[in-house]
Amino acid sequence: MARTKEVTRVQELIYEMKVGQVMSTEVITVDLDSQMSNLRNLLGEKRISGVPVMDNEQLVGMVSIEDFITCLADRNSDCSVREQMSRDVKTLYDTDPLVHAVQEFERHGYGRFPVINRETGKLAGIITKGDIVRGLLNKMEIDYHEEETQRRLIDRSFEEIITEKTRFTLRYDIVGKDFNRAGETSSKLKEALKRMGIPPDILRRVAIATYEAEMNTVIYTSGGKLAARITPDEIAVEVQDSGPGIKDIDKAMKPGFSTATDQVRELGFGAGMGLPNIKKCADQMQLESTIGEGTRLKFSVHIKRSEDHGTNNHR
Amino acid sequence: MILEQIVAILDGDFLTRQNHRQKNVQTGCGCDLMSDVLAFIKRDALLLTGLTNTQVIRTAEMADIQAVCFVRGKKPTKEVIALAEEKEITLLATSLPLFEACGRLYRSGLAGCSEYED
Repeated sequence: MARTKEVTRVQELIYEMKVGQVMSTEVITVDLDSQMSNLRNLLGEKRISGVPVMDNEQLVGMVSIEDFITCLADRNSDCSVREQMSRDVKTLYDTDPLVHAVQEFERHGYGRFPVINRETGKLAGIITKGDIVRGLLNKMEIDYHEEETQRRLIDRSFEEIITEKTRFTLRYDIVGKDFNRAGETSSKLKEALKRMGIPPDILRRVAIATYEAEMNTVIYTSGGKLAARITPDEIAVEVQDSGPGIKDIDKAMKPGFSTATDQVRELGFGAGMGLPNIKKCADQMQLESTIGEGTRLKFSVHIKRSEDHGTNNHR
Repeated sequence: MILEQIVAILDGDFLTRQNHRQKNVQTGCGCDLMSDVLAFIKRDALLLTGLTNTQVIRTAEMADIQAVCFVRGKKPTKEVIALAEEKEITLLATSLPLFEACGRLYRSGLAGCSEYED
């Protein structure tokens, strides 16, 4: 199958690259005890709309141009950053994949996220949508130096380049009755997901379930199609064949039940563990089958995050 | 337990060319049913089996099995060895029967699948 059909470079990179690789490490911050009037100069000078607030090297809040306007509207006089900042700060870790950052930009609608070093717990950088686009283009060695190209790409392409490509489908054909090639499809899918940086435990569960599904298709049918839909939250696999169908799904789901031939058993399969195995590996599984028409199996494995990234209250 | 030690315990040989003598495995699993292997084996394991077909390598690939030892003096085809090399799965061989090969390794301290949490 053509490589373009499998996965594009951008798609791979969004899953593969980490926030720490594209973030800006030169972070402009303000001190907790500074005044809002200082902030105006800082934001104006640096042409930015928000900065992290620090207290002894610890991130304690974010303060933005909106906070400054609120301060003016309320008081008409100067007030402290301490009073005006928002303490409910959403952060990212330097080790988070870009796909997670993209999701967080979509979810919260913020312009920037402070980035925390996962090991030290300290502020390590700051990331904007522009940083992500630049990082991707850089990695692909696309010349973005021409200012016009750069601005256009960053303004228009964030949704196009990134959001679209965080959800996509890999498609493969499964050749029936060919026991030598059985497993090739699962192998290709596993390789593609591995390049995308899918965590090893998730990868292993998807691979085992896919392989069992592929073996069923090879053993019992003349072939079928496999589609794996990848989103930031889950990997959903669908295997469809136009084979003989399953007579009794409840029975087929019972460990040890099998209708396999001796030839299949000699390969080490047909022990009646395939469907129960898939169920064990998957977070969700659905099996539909019609005699004489075929079988459609869907299963999904959720991509869990190592930690919840919700509110990050440092105080 | 490292593979070099395992080969010594089993009076066996390496079949793949890569130098994986120092590769470490955490558990062992002896089985000829690949579906059972897929259901129960833990990652970074050594699989001992009498089956020598491509599906053994595919099973190892999917389940992150580090090494496979063929028992009872069975040898896989060149194609099977080549696939294992491509997937960086180390292949070993011993003339011992499955039960004895597993027994020797277990006696030497290699844990079973049910005894190891990954």
